[in-house]
Amino acid sequence: MNTLLNLILEPLNYAFMVRGILAALMVGAVCALVGTYVVLRGMAFFGDALAHAILPGIAAGYLIGGGAREPLFWGALLAAVISSIGIGAVSKMTNLRQDTAIGIVFAGMFALGIAMISTVRNYTVDLAHFLFGDVLGVSNSDLALIAILGGLILLAVVLFYKEFLVLSFDPLLATTLRLPDRVLEYLLLILIALVIVVSLQTVGVALMVAMLVTPAATAYLLTRRLPFMMVLAAAIACFSGAVGLYLSYYMRVSSGAAIVLTCTAFFILAWGGRAIRKARLEKLSAT
Amino acid sequence: MAFLKQFYKNALPLTHVQHQDGTQLLEISDLAVRYDGTTALESVSFSLDAGQRLAVVGPNGAGKSTLFKVIAGVLPPSRGEVRIYGYQPGGHICIAYLTQRSLVDWNFPVSVADVVMMGRIGKLGLFRWPKREDWEFVRHALDSVGLADLAGRQINELSGGQQQRMFIARALAQEAELMLMDEPFTGLDVKSQQDILQIIDMLRQQGVTILASTHDLNLAGDHFDRVLLLNHCMVGFGDPQQVFTTERLIQAYGGHLRLVESDSNMFALSDTCCDEEGLHEHPA
Repeated sequence: MNTLLNLILEPLNYAFMVRGILAALMVGAVCALVGTYVVLRGMAFFGDALAHAILPGIAAGYLIGGGAREPLFWGALLAAVISSIGIGAVSKMTNLRQDTAIGIVFAGMFALGIAMISTVRNYTVDLAHFLFGDVLGVSNSDLALIAILGGLILLAVVLFYKEFLVLSFDPLLATTLRLPDRVLEYLLLILIALVIVVSLQTVGVALMVAMLVTPAATAYLLTRRLPFMMVLAAAIACFSGAVGLYLSYYMRVSSGAAIVLTCTAFFILAWGGRAIRKARLEKLSAT
Repeated sequence: MAFLKQFYKNALPLTHVQHQDGTQLLEISDLAVRYDGTTALESVSFSLDAGQRLAVVGPNGAGKSTLFKVIAGVLPPSRGEVRIYGYQPGGHICIAYLTQRSLVDWNFPVSVADVVMMGRIGKLGLFRWPKREDWEFVRHALDSVGLADLAGRQINELSGGQQQRMFIARALAQEAELMLMDEPFTGLDVKSQQDILQIIDMLRQQGVTILASTHDLNLAGDHFDRVLLLNHCMVGFGDPQQVFTTERLIQAYGGHLRLVESDSNMFALSDTCCDEEGLHEHPA
């Protein structure tokens, strides 16, 4: 028992581990909350694309600010907003299917980001940070920013709960109830963009979609009501964040990858658990 | 908070309109709808009084859903006008559009009562949570369609008929005066169709006006006050007896229809009858 406690407490002697765990907990919760809508509305590819499409924004912020955090953040947010609007515009004006439009904008923006970063001499190191995250490098001011934005995202999800619910389940009902459906639709896109920007440092661009989708999908397998799904998804994501960081500490693997792999393991567990329960129920009803 | 509320109000296309006295419930004049160069609806004109039941009949792709969407204020007309109690539909919250069941995600994690509560949201307003009266409203609505016992069920546990009744309960919770039912009978067995028809009768007694699209000519003729025969253009509108003539039906369905007349009934056999899912569940 004592050894287990030691295993848990020992890494907490390091301030960077404490900050990393706090960041992973907050980011996990907001990702999973907003991710619930991403899963229910089938927007996983959009989320993945948006995460990649912010790279030129980060690169611009990096080139302008010379490594300061603030410009990175605003650059990422601006790129996310431009990409969301760009995806809508491309699919509307060319009659191409939306997933094609997403593919075009996502790859174009991502390539632009890589091109911009490659102009800097030691770009491989920096690029890796953006692509795979660096949760252990989170500073106190980063934590404060995550807390403030995370709080805003949480507030929006709670305040607009019933509107987002109607919009996701039956958009035509939202229109006939005369809800401002366009505004709500954009608000949701902005929330997804904000979540991505906030979580950037934890898992990075490449694995972002897992934080949005995997905990929410796990919760979807286990619950049948939206509020429970949200709470459970957030709990799974927080727990995976903490467990992943410990795994990363003890097994010396990349922190972002460890967090995502833990999420994936929970998904497989839930899936298997459900399959076993189903088989049992069928056996019971057969006898 | 106050700012957000103001913003939300301004973002509404129109504030909810009052009903003008002495106007008809629904008046459509010379309506046309076009999307990207193709004409979905052309020269549709008719009017309805409160409490009437109208069946909208026509082949697949005839523009039935488009008509409903224009009446609901979801799609703008390209020409002509839709007036509900004297005003354009976009400002009303008394219109309920009951989506085709085949277009709904039945695995969405909500209960029957949750879905019915969605009907109350237009009246609730922003930042307000449902109160006891609202849940009371939901319970009453579920009661009147015979689903009170299933309030807590997940929606994928419902049968087709129960799904349709749940949407009617949601329209009741919305306090709708005009209900647009898109294919409410498709894919239902006879018993479930009878249940829905009974509920439609009950709604009529409460003064609710009902528009239902259907492929079933007999059902339309027997249970509705008016029928509208549609194939992009309005082929006929009025009393079922007057509208369902051989000539008009052939005009509406073209070569896709075979009419079989027996002593008292006319059967329409059509190869464009139902959507694909419908065909499996509902062999003609």
